[in-house]
Amino acid sequence: MHMADALLSPAVGGVMWATTAATIAFCAKKTQRDLDDRKVPLMGVLGAFIFAAQMINFTIPATGSSGHLGGGMILAILLGPYAAFLVIASVLTVQALFFADGGLLALGCNIFNLGVFPCFIAYPLIYKTIAGDGKSPKRLAFGATLAAIVSLQLGALGVVLETVASGISALPLGDFLAAMLPIHFAIGLVEGLVTTAVISFVWKARPEILAYSAVSRPLGNLSIAKVLTGLGLAAIVTGGALSWFASSFPDGLEWSMAKTSGQEELEAPHQGIHHLLAGIQEKTAFLPDYAFQSNEPQASASEASAPSWPAVDAGTTTSGLVGGGLTLFLAVAVGFMLRRRTQFR
Amino acid sequence: MANIESAFVDLGLLDALAARDSIVHRLDPRVKVMTAALFVLCVVSFDKYVIAAMLPFALFLSLVLGLAGIPARFVLKRLVLVAPFAVLLGLFNPFFDRQILLHLGPVAVSGGWLSFLSILLRFGLTVGAMLTLIAVTGFNGVCMAMEKMGMPKIFAVQLLLLYRYIFVLADEGQRMHRARALRSFDGRGTGITTYGHLIGGLLLRTLDRAQRIHLAMLCRGFDGTIRTSRPPRLVARDVLLFALACLLLIAMRRYDCSLLLGQFLTELVP
Repeated sequence: MHMADALLSPAVGGVMWATTAATIAFCAKKTQRDLDDRKVPLMGVLGAFIFAAQMINFTIPATGSSGHLGGGMILAILLGPYAAFLVIASVLTVQALFFADGGLLALGCNIFNLGVFPCFIAYPLIYKTIAGDGKSPKRLAFGATLAAIVSLQLGALGVVLETVASGISALPLGDFLAAMLPIHFAIGLVEGLVTTAVISFVWKARPEILAYSAVSRPLGNLSIAKVLTGLGLAAIVTGGALSWFASSFPDGLEWSMAKTSGQEELEAPHQGIHHLLAGIQEKTAFLPDYAFQSNEPQASASEASAPSWPAVDAGTTTSGLVGGGLTLFLAVAVGFMLRRRTQFR
Repeated sequence: MANIESAFVDLGLLDALAARDSIVHRLDPRVKVMTAALFVLCVVSFDKYVIAAMLPFALFLSLVLGLAGIPARFVLKRLVLVAPFAVLLGLFNPFFDRQILLHLGPVAVSGGWLSFLSILLRFGLTVGAMLTLIAVTGFNGVCMAMEKMGMPKIFAVQLLLLYRYIFVLADEGQRMHRARALRSFDGRGTGITTYGHLIGGLLLRTLDRAQRIHLAMLCRGFDGTIRTSRPPRLVARDVLLFALACLLLIAMRRYDCSLLLGQFLTELVP
């Protein structure tokens, strides 16, 4: 369920990036303040543990498929939400950079989807409430399973909303949701069972570890409110900044934002900038792109300044094909030439 | 993450590539991170039906790869490994977006196919940019640059420690996986109970390891504050090349170079 850069628009990606960066900064501050210096290596090694655990998988009975640990919930239970969020973020960063899971811009979305929901919603509201101090195995199992399911459902919802709001994929919201949510319900259930199995093993073998993590990190309710306020502020600020950026690159972005319904809360605060830039746009006449969605024949209207394929007439199409083909050829040729040269050296 | 095992195999290769020496490698990490970010931003800000105008970005990428002496095979192989998600989602576009937007002779092309191709191209470019970044900078370089640009220090340390211990623990995970595979017949013992115990055991060992590392750090004078090495100052060449790259990227974003080239050529050959 990693988002990819290819399906994101810069506005959605940028807003999620800013939100995630703000959350990381906040968590870093929190962690640094109550940092018990044992935690520095612990966090690092637990992140690596998630990778190691993902190398082992297990068979899911009756389906023939196999699953492995996601790890968000376990980290939250062992480290508390703030440190766990940092670890999840670091794991996703490494996955993005080395395994190309997701992308640079999508990293914000991925950390948000897989980190914020387990750490700041499922862990405090569900796991903590149900499992309490973790002394009753049944409540622990129930709490961990439910928390894992909820956090994965929310994560899947996040993926869907971000993709649809970006408007690159043509999948309608309803169909996409209908596909994602049931799958992630199953994944969440499995994740919950695995989390339970691991935690109850630790509980039997070394109860002091869990007892320590349950007591030493009380969760202030106030700080969650702070996180949410911070997130909202960050979203508004970057929304404003990015709409400026987006409008200086006029095509594409705006109507895809305006078309979707999920993003009204972003549009509201910077109505002013939008109006201003819309005026500038009209003057610079870059607007023909807007006509794509309508069915009217429009070849005559838009031949002058269309920057992309769809709105152009036959002549420009040929030029586009020839030019595009040649550029691609050049790309390959340059690569080969430079490679040859380095080999000779 | 099914490909994780194969991905780990050539993690070492990445480090080897990052340790090479070329004009791209010698650039300041910050310059490379910023350029990669601008590259990705430019690519994703294209309209969803654009294809030709994005191709110059492939040229840019190919140029960087070539100058750095990174084999294209390396990038392409990983692209194929991680492609499924984008391809799968993109494949829905031809079904939902059937409006005809382009006629290539007798063949009518719908918007869905155009945007599908566009998604594939975006995917290749963005993932390619990221892999290139890491292959010419190395993980430590990227962390250093990000910290210098305002990433919290504790997060930088977290990334560095994580990267340090991935190799150790991944080996351990792989060994456990192999040991269990050798002992399980007809798929027995691969169920969730055994799995829970295995992972639990791994977790306990990990916690012990963390404790040992902490003690070792204390022995070497760790006092709770974390010191990371600083990247050297930016030199004129870095700034100059960065400005050049920015100019080039923004120009490619602003003007459809493929189209201009094509127009030029089709006018030459009437």
